[in-house]
Amino acid sequence: MEWQDYTARIEQLARKSGLRFHPVEFEAVPDAFMMEVAVYGLPVRMPHWSFGVRYIYQLIQRHMGHSRLFEVVFPGNPGHAYLAASNGLAENVLVTAHVLGHADFSRNNLLFQRCQGQVSERIVEHAAQHARQIQQAIDLHGLERVELVLDAALALEQHIDVDQPVRRARYREYAEPPKTLADDAFRRRFAALEPLTTEAGARQRRRAPVPPHPERDLLWFVAQYGPELESWERDIFLAVREESFYFYPVFATQIMNEGWASYWHARLLREADFIPQQAYVDAIKCHSDVVRPVAADQQIALALNPYHLGFAIWERIVAAEGLEAACTIRAEDDDFAFVRNHLTRELAAELELFRYRARDGRIKVLAQDIDALHEAILAPKYNFGAPTVLVENVRVDGTLQLRHDHAVDGRGLDLERGRKVLEYLYRIWRRPVRLSTVDADGRTLEISAP
Amino acid sequence: MTGTNDTQISADGAKWYELFSRGARDWLRHDEKVREAVRRHLPQAVAGGELISGGARTVRIPVRMLEHYRFRLRPAAQRQGAGQGQAKPGDVFDDPARPRTAGGKGPGGEDEGEVQLLLEFKIDDIVEWLWEEMRLPNLTPRSGPSEEQEWTRQGWDRRGARSRLDRRRSFKELVKRRAAPGAVPTFTDEDLRYRQLALRRRPAVRALVFFMLDVSGSMSERDRQLAKSFFFWTVQGLRREYRALETVFVAHTTQAWEFTEPEFFQVSGTGGTVASSGLRKVSEILHERFDLHSYNVYFFYASDGDNAVTDADAARAALAALAGAACFCGYVEVAAGLSRHLDTETGRLFADLATVGASVGSCALADFDDVWSAIRQFFTAQHPVRAPGG
Repeated sequence: MEWQDYTARIEQLARKSGLRFHPVEFEAVPDAFMMEVAVYGLPVRMPHWSFGVRYIYQLIQRHMGHSRLFEVVFPGNPGHAYLAASNGLAENVLVTAHVLGHADFSRNNLLFQRCQGQVSERIVEHAAQHARQIQQAIDLHGLERVELVLDAALALEQHIDVDQPVRRARYREYAEPPKTLADDAFRRRFAALEPLTTEAGARQRRRAPVPPHPERDLLWFVAQYGPELESWERDIFLAVREESFYFYPVFATQIMNEGWASYWHARLLREADFIPQQAYVDAIKCHSDVVRPVAADQQIALALNPYHLGFAIWERIVAAEGLEAACTIRAEDDDFAFVRNHLTRELAAELELFRYRARDGRIKVLAQDIDALHEAILAPKYNFGAPTVLVENVRVDGTLQLRHDHAVDGRGLDLERGRKVLEYLYRIWRRPVRLSTVDADGRTLEISAP
Repeated sequence: MTGTNDTQISADGAKWYELFSRGARDWLRHDEKVREAVRRHLPQAVAGGELISGGARTVRIPVRMLEHYRFRLRPAAQRQGAGQGQAKPGDVFDDPARPRTAGGKGPGGEDEGEVQLLLEFKIDDIVEWLWEEMRLPNLTPRSGPSEEQEWTRQGWDRRGARSRLDRRRSFKELVKRRAAPGAVPTFTDEDLRYRQLALRRRPAVRALVFFMLDVSGSMSERDRQLAKSFFFWTVQGLRREYRALETVFVAHTTQAWEFTEPEFFQVSGTGGTVASSGLRKVSEILHERFDLHSYNVYFFYASDGDNAVTDADAARAALAALAGAACFCGYVEVAAGLSRHLDTETGRLFADLATVGASVGSCALADFDDVWSAIRQFFTAQHPVRAPGG
């Protein structure tokens, strides 16, 4: 029997167990292709040399036997699941169940729903369309020019505002008219006191400043307000931004999503009595490799395995609160709520989770503190994993003034890298670009390009 | 899988992802960018002495992978994290992430930038780029008495050796003749044309370069490396201009010896510095072994500048004699880490000679980066060459 023969029965079992998902198209693909999907994040994506660097690192990792990918799944309607051709039968049975867990999650989780509502359920096709559009731009304007735009746009990839729509309107051009004052007795007497205050001044519309408030959606802002941006350059910025909208929920629910898929592949496997005994044993072994907290040859891990952590939390939730409550949580939470609300002190102790501080090459294990542990787990996930950089204003001469919110991030920016990013940005903004942050001693300083 | 999208399945039914590798395509673009970058910073990149492998016509340059920069927080003195395993509060152990930063597989991954690539460049290409980059004037070969004779092709004749028969030209003659009415249609002896040779005088395009290195006790290993780097690229530059280039390597302390190129850079001596001994050795080799009129002679001397005071007059005389015979005499003062602005015995020797109009130049080398300014200075100073026969 091939793995495809089990797909329908596993799907049936999943639906019976309460999973709700869009149809998924399964396809076995060569390992080389799996690797590329892992590098690009999407099956067909725009060309950029930085992907080449990641590709080589992935190649090195694979040669050293460090990473092995079983599947990649793209949510949508229908969803696309790519299975590594080198998977065995047992692995593919497990992976099929795992993919259905993801498909259920991405269909029902509200964050996914909102972002998919924005970028549509056909992001795979959209990304391919972007790639083609950028190829056309390369044919038309030359690789060098397109690369300058991509250098800037991809460097700002994480700097979006998912609370705004993908197709976001420009700011209002004029400030809100002042509120009409209540026409009461006091007002009339007051007006009578000063007959010379004309109403002409009040009528005049005032232009709103740009931006009217600090703006964190840098990709959008540059696309909309770049002083000399050409339309094909704007399109590239917006294409990158749209793909970021797709990546955000994947990033912000990783622990939940992988945990949910792992929970379901374990559960469906247990209930799938149609699977041959040997395949079942092999699949369970594969499962325990995937959700292993600590590498086989080590005692301690200094990074948590999201599959393991999510899996353990979901098991506890289902055991303590029932499947229905679990489904509600799956719909409403993201990793921040999930970890803070459901990683309890008891569970953390049971999983032997700990907090540590690394300094001068030494690791010190810190006292137990569940709230601090939550934050240690979640710290890398804030703001799409990027420093908080805001557009402060655009000066009359077109200078773009950015501000790094160092109070939120706890320390200043890496100045060398910051300057390089400003250089990328300057080539597209075509007016000076400045950014304020703080140095190691907390003193405000400004970097700029040129 | 449905083939609604035209990227999905190609005409012959092969899966679209088997047709090309996007990862490899983007990697090749990265490679191209690295080469561009190396080319832009070529002087610095190739200045490192260890890059130069004697004899090979390529140079290997270690380069880092390019980083696509993003906003990132400055590295913190300490980081906090969450781990898992059997550890009690208060436990302390070594950080396996040091010195290599692990983890960070996020966008722009923390762990990138550690793999080093070795790019191989052809030395000829590098020299070509450098000359473009530095806008160096091409050397003007010395003309006048230093000429050589050569047979060159010049014109045609109706008689000649069979081996010089020009068939194309002969055929043209046939065609021309046949155009006349009543002509014989086949080749006749009248049609045949033979290439003629003539003896032409050409300016000499051979160069002879003397490299003299001070190997006295005061020259450190690094000083020698600097000198080696300078000598190497000088040879490459001269080789670009001359069809035939002869090199002679002389090392001296209080005495002087001639060495082969590989040996030359291994030499280390002890004791004092007597420049005149080396200069006399060079003159000796020049006059004994070479015909002065068929060579452009260049002389380069590397030293830390501490010549024995008692040698001053002898060295001055020897150098003046040499400068009279050479197109150009260059002096590099190698003093790793400190620049003394040529205010040394030997430095003054060359400076004095420059004031009387001899074609000499001096430059101080404190670091590998200086090698390029030195070469630039020498190759521009070399202009103009003295008048023919002068």
